[in-house]
Amino acid sequence: MSRTLTTAFLLFSVWLLWSGHTEPLLLAFGVISVACVVLITRRMDRISGVEQSDWPRASFFLYLPWLVWQILKSNIDVARIILSRGLPISPRLVQVTSSQRTATGKVIHANSITLTPGTLSLDVRDDQILVHALTVASAEEVAAGEIDRRVTRIERGH
Amino acid sequence: MSVFIDIAAWVCLVAGVSFCIIGAVGLLRMPDFWTRAHAAGMTDTMGAGLILLGLMLEAGLTLVTVKLFMVLVFLYLTGPTAGHALFRAAHAYGIPFGEAALENSKLAGRSDAAE
Repeated sequence: MSRTLTTAFLLFSVWLLWSGHTEPLLLAFGVISVACVVLITRRMDRISGVEQSDWPRASFFLYLPWLVWQILKSNIDVARIILSRGLPISPRLVQVTSSQRTATGKVIHANSITLTPGTLSLDVRDDQILVHALTVASAEEVAAGEIDRRVTRIERGH
Repeated sequence: MSVFIDIAAWVCLVAGVSFCIIGAVGLLRMPDFWTRAHAAGMTDTMGAGLILLGLMLEAGLTLVTVKLFMVLVFLYLTGPTAGHALFRAAHAYGIPFGEAALENSKLAGRSDAAE
């Protein structure tokens, strides 16, 4: 029940922020559409049986600045490679072990790898992520597992 | 004060556009599908991110900024997800990694990587 109320509250806040309307008629439309969405998602929960997750956690938002910093650094690296004369790339595949237990944790891990240019996650199988890296440096960085450690830390909730 | 915000916004916009252009150059210069994907990733992340940040600075504390921020959030969520679908499909279809890439990799116990 509290889950439904939280969903409704979040949806309506988002509706207000995006529409910016406060006329009673439009607010009523907003309430009706929120109610529809909540009803549909409740039904979907019952059918699909997806893992109930309590993401996003507070620690997730502490992870984001670090990720943005990594994205910035690797963007500059890749830009430098593209603009240099000899195109000094050395593409390779790397296996990264993900120590996350939940599917959401693995998704965050693999998506973080893809978000940083120079590394792409191709495939996730059990606890192995297959990564395509553009250079030796990017391959070594992703193999070192800093992203893995940080995502696991937020998954454990501290 | 507004001058500084204007300057910061323009720095973001110009830097974002530069990343987009460099990404496009990379797309042309890179030799194969996989390396081109790396270049394309730049326009998604820094290119779009900095342009949206610049627009947010110009819009100030308004509902427009909220919408721009949500565009950024959804772009960062859907970008790598769509990318992953694309790379997985390309991998399953068997787009070659290139001789050099495979020689560099030395993957143990993963037969599908060498196909």
